[in-house]
Amino acid sequence: MPRLVSHPDEVKIVSRRFGMGAEKIDRYLELGGYEAVMKCLAQDSDWIINEMKASNLRGRGGAGFSAGMKWSFVPRQSAKPKYILVNGDESEPGTCKDHLIFLHDPHSVIEGTIIAGLAVGAKMGFIYLRGEYRYLLEITERAVADAYQRGFLGKNIFGSGKEFEIITQTGAGAYEVGEESALMESLEGKRGVPRIKPPFPAVVGLYGGPTVINNAETIATVPHVINMGAAAYAAVGTPRNGGTRLFSISGHVERPGVYELPMGYNLKKMIYEVAGGIRGGRNLKAVVPGGSSTPVLLPQEIDIGMDFDQVGKAGSMLGSGGVVVIDDQTCIVEFALRTISFYAHESCGWCIPCREGTDWLKKSLTRFHAGFGAPSDIDNMQYLAENMLGRTFCPLGDAAAMPTIAFIKKFRKEFEDHLNGKPCPFAREGVLQLTVV
Amino acid sequence: MSPNHPNPESIPVFSPQLAARFDALVQKYPVKRSALIPMLLYAQDEVGYLSDAVVAEVARRIGITELEVRNVATYYSMLRFRPAGQFNIQVCTNISCLLRGAYEVYERFQEELGVGPHGVTPDGVFSLEEVECVGACCWAPAVQVNYDFHDELKPDLVPGILSGYRGKAKAGNNGASSLEKKANSKEPHA
Repeated sequence: MPRLVSHPDEVKIVSRRFGMGAEKIDRYLELGGYEAVMKCLAQDSDWIINEMKASNLRGRGGAGFSAGMKWSFVPRQSAKPKYILVNGDESEPGTCKDHLIFLHDPHSVIEGTIIAGLAVGAKMGFIYLRGEYRYLLEITERAVADAYQRGFLGKNIFGSGKEFEIITQTGAGAYEVGEESALMESLEGKRGVPRIKPPFPAVVGLYGGPTVINNAETIATVPHVINMGAAAYAAVGTPRNGGTRLFSISGHVERPGVYELPMGYNLKKMIYEVAGGIRGGRNLKAVVPGGSSTPVLLPQEIDIGMDFDQVGKAGSMLGSGGVVVIDDQTCIVEFALRTISFYAHESCGWCIPCREGTDWLKKSLTRFHAGFGAPSDIDNMQYLAENMLGRTFCPLGDAAAMPTIAFIKKFRKEFEDHLNGKPCPFAREGVLQLTVV
Repeated sequence: MSPNHPNPESIPVFSPQLAARFDALVQKYPVKRSALIPMLLYAQDEVGYLSDAVVAEVARRIGITELEVRNVATYYSMLRFRPAGQFNIQVCTNISCLLRGAYEVYERFQEELGVGPHGVTPDGVFSLEEVECVGACCWAPAVQVNYDFHDELKPDLVPGILSGYRGKAKAGNNGASSLEKKANSKEPHA
């Protein structure tokens, strides 16, 4: 069972039921569960959407798009059925927050899904979990079955005469399926390759019907927004960045863990106070602020508030909230190689700049880290990565290119130190040479 | 299904429990084909890999060609076409795990098992592979054995983990959680 952590600076909204047995429906009800959906049943869909807009809740998957806006794009009238899709494919390296949501509070996801359905007029929702999360799927399936049994799901939810069904689904190992249109392909029983946009999912999504797709954390937040009221929720965060965020802090910190902190919380404080500072009294070398696809920050760049806008201004992205902390005993070239190996492995191969680009970056970095790099490789890798940016079908190409560019720009000296057959300055005794998955 | 293929009904590919689960799965979605990926994964859990017979049977149940099934299955990294060990050890070496000693753990598994990447022990009990992020970054380094997570590993914890699974192998337990076994015969909508 993953260890839960706690810190006085935390504002527990989404995580308030963690560790309290709320995966059981009776306990969830005791803790105020399903009150939000009953409140929504007494209102019309415009009220729900306006609350969501006013809450400034932005997509927790990484893109940071306003959830209320997204919901408002779904057409009122549709010849085809509308769907709600919960993205629990959580695969961005450095991110493990949804893991805890499904483990400790699966009913909050169910409740959020029903509310989204009421808001856009959908009668069916899907909760898609990555295949590796089998035990979480089992917990979620149990929760869904319990909700059906109580009449919270089905043909007449809460006796309202309204219908809502939830279907759970497992993936089978694919990062790319976390991309919204690829997830729809996967859910339709196909290879998880992205679809061209437009049309956007709100117009043509799953099975061709208008579809709202939200990250699991976003959906789990929805009942809390309704319960607290949009204004109170928005007030927790910074302007245009409502509420809290589950930050997955990992790497070389004393107390790694998932911490729920207000949007805009200072990154430096997050690392040194909340997570207890750098492990073993070492020094900080770099921070990946929002999952492996976000550009790395240097120690002098981390005195920033962690919201979408401020991290953007600092030249990186808040992404999925996966804060990966790197100490001064780490080889950045090795770290970059491991990052790129991942994207090369996960590229679906559908479009050429990503398929070829990630592969060439991996080959170049492998050679470079092994001590066989040429000085021109450094500029070539940067040039290659820059030419992938914005030229791929889906954001996976950017996800590979952006961190590469930042590693090279900010740690050029360390790349140069690997030249001329010099051994890696951080080579560890007795450790396997980095292999490639 | 090719015309000269033996009638798959006569091939006991799946247990009655799994067959019943599939009957429920194909009813579950607005479009039958949505059952494909779960069916492949559950079939693999029972049979050990996607054998030709499994592919044929799943294709028949969904009503698509075997080629279509293979086209989809080859995309997903958890699906395999060759048997793995009874307990497949998946060591995450992605960034968060890398930083906290995943390769030291991976190396220890190799030493203890005497197999390399994608190796299977001669007794068929264990197989070993390096995998991408498994979503346990804050509890790194993390390893999955079949679907079980093992968090905050150190090389010295490896022998204990292996002996635990050796005991289960002797007891004939394939590692599926008890929750899953209970759920096997019952779909949420039933």
